[in-house]
Amino acid sequence: MFDQSISTLAAQLRNKDISSVELTRYFLDRITKLDPQLNSYITLSEEVALKQAANADTQIQNGAASLLTGIPIAHKDLFCTAGTLTTCGSKMLNNFIPPYESTVTSRLQDAGAVMLGKTNMDEFAMGSSNENSHYGAVKNPWNQDTVPGGSSGGSAAAVAAGLAIAATGTDTGGSIRQPASFCGITGLKPTYGRVSRFGMIAYASSLDQAGPMAKSAEDCAHLMQAMAGFDDKDSTSSETANDDYLSNLNTPLTGLKIGLPKEYFGEGLDTGVADVIMTAVKEFEKLGAEVKEISLPNLNLSIPSYYVIAPSEASSNLSRFDGVRFGHRCEAPKDLLDMYMRSRAEGFGQEVQKRIMVGTYALSEGYYDAYYLKAQKIRRLIKNDFTNALKQVDVIMGPVAPTTAFGLGSKTNDPVAMYLEDIYTLSVNLAGIPAMSIPAGFSNQMPVGLQIMGNYFAEAKLLNVAHQYQQNTDWHRQTPAMAKGA
Amino acid sequence: MSIDKQDVQKIAHLARLALTEADAEQYQQSLSSVLSLVEQMQSVDTDGIDPLSNPLEMTQRLREDLVTEENRRDDFLANAPQTEAGLFLVPKVID
Repeated sequence: MFDQSISTLAAQLRNKDISSVELTRYFLDRITKLDPQLNSYITLSEEVALKQAANADTQIQNGAASLLTGIPIAHKDLFCTAGTLTTCGSKMLNNFIPPYESTVTSRLQDAGAVMLGKTNMDEFAMGSSNENSHYGAVKNPWNQDTVPGGSSGGSAAAVAAGLAIAATGTDTGGSIRQPASFCGITGLKPTYGRVSRFGMIAYASSLDQAGPMAKSAEDCAHLMQAMAGFDDKDSTSSETANDDYLSNLNTPLTGLKIGLPKEYFGEGLDTGVADVIMTAVKEFEKLGAEVKEISLPNLNLSIPSYYVIAPSEASSNLSRFDGVRFGHRCEAPKDLLDMYMRSRAEGFGQEVQKRIMVGTYALSEGYYDAYYLKAQKIRRLIKNDFTNALKQVDVIMGPVAPTTAFGLGSKTNDPVAMYLEDIYTLSVNLAGIPAMSIPAGFSNQMPVGLQIMGNYFAEAKLLNVAHQYQQNTDWHRQTPAMAKGA
Repeated sequence: MSIDKQDVQKIAHLARLALTEADAEQYQQSLSSVLSLVEQMQSVDTDGIDPLSNPLEMTQRLREDLVTEENRRDDFLANAPQTEAGLFLVPKVID
């Protein structure tokens, strides 16, 4: 039952084969039994879940149910959930009970989805391995000696292990796509501004974007139907009309033009990963697509540009954690300055402190032009690369990450090596375009994700392309052995 | 690009982070390696390129200047480390 699609479960709920309360208890039991191996949840919200499930059952009884009514999902612990602990993976927020609800979680709740709990993540979404969580590392369900990816590693591991039907994630530099790739699930980072950022604890505001993580593109489309769309509580929310993410899923791919950027297949790409990606591309050719080599010449510059822009915005966003209104406060501060300095030093982990300092430096007097402004100019070059390429092709494909999931602890001593892992995902956030990761095969028994990138607001197109592939392959139906242990 | 321990302490002060000597030594190395990484940008010619701050190049949306929020003082004070008489309490600022 843990590996069923949303539409199958919705049909079972409507036919009264099962109630939402039963389904929710089933998942809560699975989490209690299996999650000690993974640590994918920070908080289990059993009481809220059972109450929401009971409401869902009433709605189903009354014939007022949507497709998500009664479906148990999980939320990354970065979305504020009213009355439920929201830590953002940080000691700073280890006692923070939000007084309000994020737009994403509120829309999913309104659509009838049941919240099982809040998933583990890299502290303040800063990381690519989920090892930067104050609440402990998350293990990859396919091999518990490896990382699940980050920063939405808890969401990815929970979905892969069947500890939630789907989950929310956020993606500032790859944080939905890379863990989706490492854990063998489907994840979508929408266009910047497509999904509201209201109630999402901010990392880098010009890059942050929330999206769905699930077993399949079809399930992601169901979540997007509820999540996406204009929100006047988010000042950068797009007023562009929402698409119907379900109606185009079955459009054939005949004549689809796929671009393969040569920079995505160069030095550093693991050969096992490259083989999987090329096999997937051939599958698309069989489905009628045409493949063309393209170039995104400034790809390498996405790393330095991102590691100036994201820390700069983070240093500004995270200044709100001052020990005054919420969050950690140090013991016995001797004055206001002492309180700020010790509360922040105690509340933030090392990676967060490091990024705050990088950003503070880049924005400090005399350095702004050389760092922040320069990075924003390069950001435009990267955006131009994508807009030029997307004049020639409909979608761009390539790997999500250079390798499969790496070993726990294997990159923690060399953070720059960890940053280089994000080479194929960062540029998408800088440009603001949408992109997906879908399971495309295995290399050394570990999942490999194929990245599909598209034009601004082309989420429906990406979901269509991914769904057609998933109708003809079964990589997205593979389940790790530990998930069957219950 | 490398920075010394004094630079680290100066940045940490601007960022309001209390660092021990040992922390400063460690951050000196890790900050230097990040700054070397971002140094690559300086070799790129960006003359005449406009900086891009919002990927959709949106301008700030304005709204009517109306009160839309209700008073939820108690809810917001509930998360504060220390409060008194409906106010956030901080260490004494003025003698």
